[in-house]
Amino acid sequence: MFIETKNLTKKFGGLAAVNKVDFHIEKGKINAIIGPNGAGKSTFFNLISGFHRPSSGTVLFKGTDITKLPANKIAGLGISRTFQTTSLFEQSTVLDNVIVGHRLRTKSNLFDAILRTKRLKREEKACRDKAMEVIEIVGLTHASDKMVASISQEEKKRTAIALALATDPEIIFLDEPAAGINSDETQGLINLIKQLNQRGLTICLIEHKMSMIMNLADHIMVLNYGEKIAEGTPKEISSNDDVIKAYLGGSASA
Amino acid sequence: MEILLQQLFNSLTIGSVYSLVALGLTLVYGILHIPNFAHGALYMMGGYITLTMMTAFGFNYWVAMFVSILVVGLIGVLLERFVFRLLREAPPLHDKIAAIGILLFLEAFAQFVWGADFQTMTSPYGQVVTIMGLTFTMQRLLIIVSAIVVMILLYLFLKKTFTGASIIAMSQSREGASLVGININKVAMLTFMISGGLAAIAASLASPINLVFPGMGHLVILKAFVIIILGGMGSIPGAIVGGYILGFSESLGATYISNDYKDIIAFVLLVIILTVKPTGLFAKGER
Amino acid sequence: MKIMNKRTGLIALFVLAILFPLIFQNDYYTHMLTLSFIWAIAVYGINLLAGYTGYLSLAHAGFFAIGAYSLGLLTVKAEMNFWPALVLACLITSVVGLLIGVIALRTKEHFFAIYTLCVGYIIYLVIDKWDGLTGGVRGLIGINAPSNIGPITFETAESQYYLVLTFLVVVIFVIYRIVHSLTGRTFLAIRNSEELAQTIGISTMKNKLTAFVLSTFFAGLAGALYASFVRFIGPDIGSTAIMFDLLMYLLVGGIGTLSGPLVGTLMLVILSQNLQFLQEYRMLIFGPILTLIIIFYPRGISGSFFDWKRKRRNQTGNVLKPIKVEEG
Repeated sequence: MFIETKNLTKKFGGLAAVNKVDFHIEKGKINAIIGPNGAGKSTFFNLISGFHRPSSGTVLFKGTDITKLPANKIAGLGISRTFQTTSLFEQSTVLDNVIVGHRLRTKSNLFDAILRTKRLKREEKACRDKAMEVIEIVGLTHASDKMVASISQEEKKRTAIALALATDPEIIFLDEPAAGINSDETQGLINLIKQLNQRGLTICLIEHKMSMIMNLADHIMVLNYGEKIAEGTPKEISSNDDVIKAYLGGSASA
Repeated sequence: MEILLQQLFNSLTIGSVYSLVALGLTLVYGILHIPNFAHGALYMMGGYITLTMMTAFGFNYWVAMFVSILVVGLIGVLLERFVFRLLREAPPLHDKIAAIGILLFLEAFAQFVWGADFQTMTSPYGQVVTIMGLTFTMQRLLIIVSAIVVMILLYLFLKKTFTGASIIAMSQSREGASLVGININKVAMLTFMISGGLAAIAASLASPINLVFPGMGHLVILKAFVIIILGGMGSIPGAIVGGYILGFSESLGATYISNDYKDIIAFVLLVIILTVKPTGLFAKGER
Repeated sequence: MKIMNKRTGLIALFVLAILFPLIFQNDYYTHMLTLSFIWAIAVYGINLLAGYTGYLSLAHAGFFAIGAYSLGLLTVKAEMNFWPALVLACLITSVVGLLIGVIALRTKEHFFAIYTLCVGYIIYLVIDKWDGLTGGVRGLIGINAPSNIGPITFETAESQYYLVLTFLVVVIFVIYRIVHSLTGRTFLAIRNSEELAQTIGISTMKNKLTAFVLSTFFAGLAGALYASFVRFIGPDIGSTAIMFDLLMYLLVGGIGTLSGPLVGTLMLVILSQNLQFLQEYRMLIFGPILTLIIIFYPRGISGSFFDWKRKRRNQTGNVLKPIKVEEG
């Protein structure tokens, strides 16, 4: 099993945002977590990526317990993520934003910086090459020298994905990658996600647009009020009574 | 025992002043998330204006205090309108620096107008009363009673009036408040006015037992920050309780440890609190 | 071509700095510039933390004072030679910085500012009250000028000017190197968003601590130079008034820019010297300037200048090379 959660629970002041969730992510697949707003999807991501410490339960990565690791260590293991609203550095270029993404694979320190050692020069080049490579993968080569403030919302999403890719991840978690962009652009992103997956990257994404997930994901988990109510292939999910009830009930009352 | 009681009484006096200053600071923080470093300067202005009204215009203590409340409240409104409103979307660093600029200006202004000397404010309540072997000056009694009255009035205003309720609503959620049709700009100005007014009251009450000088707000504001971190940034009951707790610890510290270092107590307290809980006591959940 | 221009400009500036005392032959100006350079070193330290890492420390006047008093006490009371005392003073400041940083950096934003403001005040109070060690309000007098290095002495105003200038140039060079390295990019990533920095595997605590200790090191260095230059120090050098002065130099010059600290410090020190009659009340002007700058020109003189240049370059279509992370 690639990533596995056991009994994962997070309580905020008595209320369970994520309640006893057992989930597994299969290597090389596109996994998805869906559910109505406030179902605990983002919290679940935050637990796996080390931003929140679970109240109870465990997270395993390739069999090792990573429950208590801080976020930066988890990134170091090859688990990367994006945020719903990415806070890129707007007054800087796409390239400069992405370069620092490879920093975790480098070792040069303050003294390398002051003395401008060979190691620093080598690693700076490695970071730049890496950045150019991932910018090309996400299809932004033409915009790499543009200020982030001047590019479109969709291009920002791609930049954020490039930044996540620059960390050399084995798996990437995408938090609502299609939020705030139109349907044409969404199709472009879907293609990108598929393409990343074909390169061997494991994907796990959060989405509440059902339609997008159904054509994309291999494996889906449905959360509602912090609890897992269903898990399976898109086919299984779309015919699951609990899911239909939660989704229709949820959106009808919302 | 008598020393202890006397100290307890003194701590109530100091605590009352601290609470009033902290209240103004916490109101502004709760609603606008601005740590108003200039609040101490507002306190100082309050002291000077009351003093000037009394000496230059011969006003009665209470009338002078009333004028001071109006003037400092107005300064607060101007600050909101012409400085902090322009910085609402700016990074949090900018608010702090703008506040520091205002602080520097107001202090230089006070020094320019009133000079750098220490001045005394003579209150009409200098009499000494003795109750059960303890001696109090009337002014100190007055501070305690007035502070309580002001707190009750503030409580009634916030809880019982529509305007007060909108302040509370906005402190809970700015977006929510704007959705239900609360005019954020008006509430922000009003909050700054109340905050300034509270600072003026605190300074006018405390000046007769302390002194009036351009730097009189320095320690008070730092301590008020300690108090609102102690009581929870933005919390009103926290500011009141925190003020009395600090007043109490300082009086005890001055008696039993060292008068020289009593001003350090607040900061040591703060360093301990933030060392144990970096988000302050009573932080509102984790994100 | 562009780089050549920049380089020639820098060289010209450097030559001017070297020739300055020879041209003017005026001890008063030399003295004033030396003092500005010392302040500028401290401001560079604050800039590394506040400008590049995003943490506004209000304790740095305290660290400046720790550096100054360490040097003063080591040379006066322990009768140590200036040079080892200078090294020790910087180390002492950095160690205190490390201890405070470990705790202070767990707090964020407002809490950090308030926390460091209080730490600064504690440092000031301790210096003021610890009569036996520091001399309290009476201050510490009779600090020696830097001792000779072989035949070179530091008794005259000119020689001290060159000494401080050397330190300033080294400090700027070191900061230039840091800012334009992977470490500098890491700092900027933290300033931009700590959450994002963590998800890309950056240990934010370790990096913030590095920036903090470095910035206290520079503050301590400036303090130590100040002590041996002015020869007298009092607790006031650790007061919030000094802290706010330094902050003002930084903001007027341009926070988060490389030239800002020097530009701001030189400008304001020279300006306030020329407004001597205003000395007491200079904050009547500088206070509002600080507030207006942060509202309308948050990147200060240097930052706004480079923004303007960039805009002009874009308008004329003469886009040679996109601007680097933070030019200035």
